[in-house]
Amino acid sequence: MADISINFAGIKSPNPYWLASAPPTNTGYQVQRAFEAGWGGAVWKTLGEPVLNVTSRFGAHSFNGQRVAGFNNIELISDRSIEENLKEIYETKKRFPDRAIIASLMVEPKREKWHEIVKRVQDVGVDGFELNLGCPHGMSERGMGAAVGQHPDLVEKTTLYAKEAAEVPVITKLTPNITDITTTARAAERGGADAISMINTINSLMGVDIDTWNTIPNVNGMGAHGGYCGPAVKPIALNMIGECARQQDINIPISGIGGISTWQDTVEFMLMGSGGVQICTAAMHHGFSIIDDLVEGLENYLDDKGIASISEIIGASVAKYTDWSHLDLNHKKVARINNDICINCNKCHIACEDTAHQCIDMLTDKKGDGYLEVREDECVGCNLCSIVCPVDGAIDMVDLTPTEPPMSWNNRQSALQMLNN
Amino acid sequence: MENLLQNLMSTEDLADNFKESKPSYNAQEALDEANRCLYCYDAPCITACPTGINIPSFIKKIASGNLKGSAKTIMEANPVGASCARVCPTEELCEGACVLNDSTKPIMIGDLQRFATDWAIKNEQVLFKKGEKNGKNIAIVGSGPAGLSAARELGRMGYEVTVFEGKKEAGGLDTHGIVPFRLPKDISLWEVEQVENVGVEIRTNVEVGKDIFTDDLVLNYDAVMLAVGMSKVPKLGIEGEDLAGICDAIELVEETKNKNYSAEFAGKRVAVIGAGNTAIDGATTSVRLGADNVQILYRRTEAEMTAYEFEYEFAKQEGVEFRWLTAPKRLIGDNKGYLKQMECVQMELQETGSDGRRRPVEIQGSEFLIDVDIVVKAIGQTRHTHIIDAFGLEHNGGVVKVDPETYLTSNPKVYAAGDAIFGKGIGEAMVVSAAQQGKETAYAIHQQLVESRTECV
Ligand SMILES: Cc1cc2nc3c(=O)[nH]c(=O)nc-3n(C[C@H](O)[C@H](O)[C@H](O)COP(=O)(O)OP(=O)(O)OC[C@H]3O[C@@H](n4cnc5c(N)ncnc54)[C@H](O)[C@@H]3O)c2cc1C
Ligand SMILES: Cc1cc2nc3c(=O)[nH]c(=O)nc-3n(C[C@H](O)[C@H](O)[C@H](O)COP(=O)(O)O)c2cc1C
Ligand code: SF4
Ligand code: SF4
Ligand code: SF4
Repeated sequence: MADISINFAGIKSPNPYWLASAPPTNTGYQVQRAFEAGWGGAVWKTLGEPVLNVTSRFGAHSFNGQRVAGFNNIELISDRSIEENLKEIYETKKRFPDRAIIASLMVEPKREKWHEIVKRVQDVGVDGFELNLGCPHGMSERGMGAAVGQHPDLVEKTTLYAKEAAEVPVITKLTPNITDITTTARAAERGGADAISMINTINSLMGVDIDTWNTIPNVNGMGAHGGYCGPAVKPIALNMIGECARQQDINIPISGIGGISTWQDTVEFMLMGSGGVQICTAAMHHGFSIIDDLVEGLENYLDDKGIASISEIIGASVAKYTDWSHLDLNHKKVARINNDICINCNKCHIACEDTAHQCIDMLTDKKGDGYLEVREDECVGCNLCSIVCPVDGAIDMVDLTPTEPPMSWNNRQSALQMLNN
Repeated sequence: MENLLQNLMSTEDLADNFKESKPSYNAQEALDEANRCLYCYDAPCITACPTGINIPSFIKKIASGNLKGSAKTIMEANPVGASCARVCPTEELCEGACVLNDSTKPIMIGDLQRFATDWAIKNEQVLFKKGEKNGKNIAIVGSGPAGLSAARELGRMGYEVTVFEGKKEAGGLDTHGIVPFRLPKDISLWEVEQVENVGVEIRTNVEVGKDIFTDDLVLNYDAVMLAVGMSKVPKLGIEGEDLAGICDAIELVEETKNKNYSAEFAGKRVAVIGAGNTAIDGATTSVRLGADNVQILYRRTEAEMTAYEFEYEFAKQEGVEFRWLTAPKRLIGDNKGYLKQMECVQMELQETGSDGRRRPVEIQGSEFLIDVDIVVKAIGQTRHTHIIDAFGLEHNGGVVKVDPETYLTSNPKVYAAGDAIFGKGIGEAMVVSAAQQGKETAYAIHQQLVESRTECV
């Protein structure tokens, strides 16, 4: 059986699955239930000056029968007293010494405030800290959360303040509500962060009720932007992780967060450079028991691939992620339809005909049965048909044998330049 | 004991037996099923629907919550779309053609169609408007699916349409002939109302040929459409047919449609003769009336039976027994004139006859008796030959001859569609085909009257 334990920036965990700092980690009762179910770690719901919350708080993006394609909240950090939280952290750690407990923290960007809270929490015994510099709503209006996380200099300073007092690893959690996340990632590293985690939630308005014209969610008829997470944000998170992982000058581990629901998602995040993952929405949607399949699926995957330890896959795909200008302009891929698998829904035809390159013909064979065929010389290999096709294996995107050596845009431009000189 | 109980069945119990048996989708089921549809392009399900309902479109509208639009898409193409949702042999039509048959399981198109039209019924929607009057008038004889569909389309095009219906209520077999536990009468009557909403006048209790002369119709209207369907079940042509206890399957169903539940069946032994859908309906109706034992007798085998697979399955589930290669020879009564026994004979199939089916032939000396209290005849339907003759139309043993494109009969002012032109020995007639023919007849009439107008100018 493959070893799926991780050592993330010095924090040990029996598996790479941590609950992200959010409602699932609000209390000792919940975190202990999660540990009983098998979660490797938990980032405690963010501690700070206790807040007042509003009702209602959540909204979901439902799509084609999927109740939670995306999820949004306007909840703030912990609304329970620090004393209570610390007591429960202590009890939980005592009961589950082998699991990782990370305390998420958020205070004003002032040195003494950070020193005070880090020391106070450290005393009950946590395995690490996560600095919440990402909450996009409410807290940011008070100069915390994303208000800090959007300024590289504040990210650096805050990280530094925490590090000055911390004896355990410090993870800086980044906000995605920024143009270039590598800038704040570098700032965290400059501030001495042992690791970074991403992403926190994305600014969002879940919807507008078309009968009442109120926002979704709304508080007594009024709404405010919230933070978006869940399956819909996975591609955004994955890109941000990949972007950071492939920078030569960012060399601290990344805890991957955002839309992870399955063991496959986990493998993807780890291949793209995450040293471990955090999950919130999937647990909120289905409860803690999803950990069973998350762990088992991951173990089976590694066993099937003959990989002894999960550490071997971390970052394995990073080198394959690059700038567009390095992509091979001479490579040719085309769609090919397997008519014995095709069920003749003609969705590929209409997609290509109306919105791509008009190269899938609807034909009739000698017996009078319909079949489809791609005119390969006109196919641009865009993938659209295979994306809309409802049957696995009905359309293959095949690589054609190259007729010319690879050439990227950069190669081409430099060749042109040489000609001109 | 059980017999005694059945004899004591209350009218309410019986009424319960005749309520629609299949529950409708709830909103969530409909949404889940609708979301499964792929929204195919050039979808084969549309081609497989005789009325060409844009199925992906109406299903998408269920998924989006646009139920009014969904019902309209259905009813636009099929004026009896609510009935069809219940009575169409969908496995052989739309659902049979669904591309998902090749990957998972087909979309339950009929159930979704029912969900959307039920919504329109419950919410008392008026889906279509009458057209601007164009000064022409049309007479339609018969208010079944064919007549109603033609009337609806003509009404929308601005014709003044009068439908003559011999019965007390309009709707044809949808109202009177299809068992209420599959198609409750009020569904059909809602469709009738939708047709009236486009300005069509339906005159019930008027039998053409008796209460009104055929010649008068031809004279007083710009065009006449014959949509009289078929008639009663024919005589068996065997001894003892006048005994008490012999009935006609269609009349039996009609009684239950009108909520008259015969007390005669409770605890009795019933034999149904025939093996089409009418026989199945006669048999399941007998079961629901409390009969103790119901068997269907057919002179050919399971393979030649014309009833749909789902009907056959349904009958077996209801406990109906089947006796193949068995034909009735003689009905035997007691001294009070009540049926007591039936003499049957064993058959065998021989070479293929002129209708393309293997011919059943009696096996000499194989006669035997069965004890039976009631015989339900369901050996097809006779034709309204006398009205066809009254119009002076060419016909083939009661099947009106028409041009397959225009539905024009041998009289250039008279059209015919639906069961009235349904050929013999070609399987089972369907509501949905009658509806489509009705639409096509309306367009053909319009075409001809528009053409004749341009000639005048
Ligand atoms: C028992 C039974 C079960 C069936 N089950 C199904 C099923 O499950 N699915 C399916 O698709 N099809 C079924 N069918 C067939 C279907 O009902 C017919 O194909 C369809 O109703 C034909 O429509 P129509 O308009 O041509 O005729 P009909 O529906 O027969 O309508 C004809 C109308 O004309 C009226 N009429 C006749 N003569 C005159 C006159 N002289 N003056 C005025 N009015 C007149 C009649 O009263 C009747 O209302 C079934 C048929 C029967 C008998
Ligand atoms: C209701 C809710 C409350 C959250 N509260 C916090 C919080 O207090 N601190 C924090 O760092 N992140 C918070 N988050 C963000 C999550 O930790 C996580 O970054 C985000 O949900 C993305 O992961 P997911 O797609 O698995 O949900 C919250 C998310 C949700 C849905
Ligand atoms: S890959 Fe794109 S261009 Fe080629 S057939 Fe598919 S949709 Fe058309
Ligand atoms: S989309 Fe897929 S299943 Fe549908 S016609 Fe094209 S190849 Fe066949
Ligand atoms: S064939 Fe099936 S999946 Fe395709 S549109 Fe019709 S019902 Fe939907």
